[in-house]
Amino acid sequence: MALTSSARLPAAGASRVRRRPARRLAPYGFVAPFFVLFAAFGLFPLLYTAYVSLHRVELQTSDRMDWLGLQNYTRLFEDPFFWNALRNTFTIGVLSTVPQLLMALGLAHLLNYRLRGRTFLRVAMLMPYATSVAAATLVFAQLFGRDYGLINWALHGIGLDPVDWQADTWASQIGVSTIVTWRWTGYNALIYLAGMQAIPGELYESAAVDGASRWQQFRHVTIPGLRPTIVFTVVVSTIGATQLFGEPLLYEGNAGGGISHQYQTLGLYLYEQGWSFFHLGRAAAVAWVMFLLIVVLAGLNAALAARRNRTGG
Amino acid sequence: MAPFRARRTTVVLGSTALAASLLLTACGSGSGSGSTDSAGGKVTLTVDLFGTFGFKESGLYDEYMKTHPNITIKQTDTQDEGQYWQALQTKLAGGGGLADIQGLEVGRVASVLQKQADRFTDLRTLGLGGVNDELVAWKGAAVKTADGKVLGAGTDIGPEAICFRTDLFKAAGLPTDRTELAAKWSTWQGYLDLGKQYAAKAEAGNAWTDSAAGMFTAEVGQQKVRYSDEGGKPVYDSSPAVKTAWTDATALVADGLSAKLPQWTPEWNKAFTTGKFATLSCPAWMIGYIKGQAGDGGSGKWDIAPGPGRTGNWGGSYLTIPKTAKHPKEAAELVKWLTAKEQQTVLFTKQGSFPSSTGAQAAIKDVADPYFNNAPIGRIFSESAAAMPAQVLGTDDGVIGKAFTDALGEVERTNTAPDTAWKHALDNVKKASGS
Repeated sequence: MALTSSARLPAAGASRVRRRPARRLAPYGFVAPFFVLFAAFGLFPLLYTAYVSLHRVELQTSDRMDWLGLQNYTRLFEDPFFWNALRNTFTIGVLSTVPQLLMALGLAHLLNYRLRGRTFLRVAMLMPYATSVAAATLVFAQLFGRDYGLINWALHGIGLDPVDWQADTWASQIGVSTIVTWRWTGYNALIYLAGMQAIPGELYESAAVDGASRWQQFRHVTIPGLRPTIVFTVVVSTIGATQLFGEPLLYEGNAGGGISHQYQTLGLYLYEQGWSFFHLGRAAAVAWVMFLLIVVLAGLNAALAARRNRTGG
Repeated sequence: MAPFRARRTTVVLGSTALAASLLLTACGSGSGSGSTDSAGGKVTLTVDLFGTFGFKESGLYDEYMKTHPNITIKQTDTQDEGQYWQALQTKLAGGGGLADIQGLEVGRVASVLQKQADRFTDLRTLGLGGVNDELVAWKGAAVKTADGKVLGAGTDIGPEAICFRTDLFKAAGLPTDRTELAAKWSTWQGYLDLGKQYAAKAEAGNAWTDSAAGMFTAEVGQQKVRYSDEGGKPVYDSSPAVKTAWTDATALVADGLSAKLPQWTPEWNKAFTTGKFATLSCPAWMIGYIKGQAGDGGSGKWDIAPGPGRTGNWGGSYLTIPKTAKHPKEAAELVKWLTAKEQQTVLFTKQGSFPSSTGAQAAIKDVADPYFNNAPIGRIFSESAAAMPAQVLGTDDGVIGKAFTDALGEVERTNTAPDTAWKHALDNVKKASGS
């Protein structure tokens, strides 16, 4: 209550406000830390990156900036490797996000039942999320090793040919996606679980009375009830997939994203331009294109969700 | 209402803590791993290197610290030179985290000379103007700027030979006599022919050599003009050196002679012990690398013979002192000592890094290495070094070399047609270069 009453104070009368300016300013003080930090570590880098992206800046001679206008951008759109990275970001994004969210939904549904050791299972689901990207990727890179990896060893055991999980396009993309899926499934499952627990039990009861099976309950009660949660996870996963970086970088330990750049994502392409080839201006241009891409994707998502809400009631 | 408030307090506290930690990390990252003074005139010198220089392994640091009790040497090391170079550039741009002594690969020297000469100490100012005088002439010339600055001190050079596994050769019915082998593979064609003989009899999964990239780099390294010509013009797409090496390396793949291992990766490292390949293009410094990877168990299994063309130059390094070094004087003394004739001799005897010092070259002529079946490595590499061309170094040599070896990886691992992969290599160079 304290919050709402202080927020209404100014409306109550100008004289009271003038007497207590500290109280009027207090809310700004409370939100200031975030905005000060955001300005220093969010807004300033964003704008400075835009400035850099209009210049030729090389890491090796970073004190020199030559004005280029939009040349970094036009060059970017002419670069087949940029389009390759965009395509990879999309395919790896789909390969990781779709199974991840579907599995999370299924797991959350199971965890929503009364199970023995439910709390333990819920905590266990969060473990991959708590693991660092580097540690997880290094372990997976070993598992996916071509000559000495556990997965190829198992494939050999059941009489299949070994797969080159690094050089082959699809195999390597699946390899990278597996790491992402492994890390984020549990996290999304817990979010879904929270959403599910907010769905009133009576809905299930009346559905059961009407003779709906478990599957029908899931489809017609759980899914509609979870819609806002699903939209949220889709938006967050899409942003995550667009920025995917650590997993493909450490998968083979180089910024090229494989010998044919077959799993080089946009994030990795940016990094390669900036820190392998030392073209900071071009890297900044990539960063801005990525930023705009995410804004567009998020906007699209929101628009779709809003339309469905209106039509779906 | 109470729980609501409590939660808000936690959030505020939490965000304050987060803000504080962000600020702390932001401030902390600048200082990095520079050297530190401690009381009593003691000095800690930091040395940052790539690959295996062998200073530590051959006991040179210990010896130096014994004779200089006030000095402590701390070395950090990155195995892959590509990653090392990347980190070095980041630190140079940020101006922090640089060691007192930084290693520099010969393929990067031209770039440093042209773009970053002002970031490294001119060794003349530290009394080391003549540090490269006793080295083979081109070694010193490569780190001298047009206005006479000396930016680095030469350590080793990379004369080439072929390392081979005697046990696998015997199993496949091939001779193991060095002279006989050297005669059989006096040309790269001879090397491929012998490889086909080996492949016909060897067990499945035991390839002739580790990778097309290794052979390519060795063969390119035999020519004077590789990626750019004397005038600094890029010629990588037309130079005979690159074309011939590319043709031979793709023939190697077509004949199924490659183990398809990307060099400097964990899979490649493991293969040194498991024996997935029978031969390896061996610049002298590879001796130390093999010993490090194959360990004591590999002793006696490996041998060395003069390679195709009997010469070549792959790699070799310099020691530099960045402008930001905390103890340039002490660092200069150490650099001078490490690159002196006596120490270069020790390094070759123990580690195989071939000396650039002519005095040391004379001293190691009769060295044999028990690890490699007492192969006369002194004689083999001396002969290779004597015929070695003074290579023309370009600013983008490192990047261009990587583009071609990556493309060869495509040929051997994804069945990409050699012509397509060649085009990929040229595209990759274009993508990396400044134009």
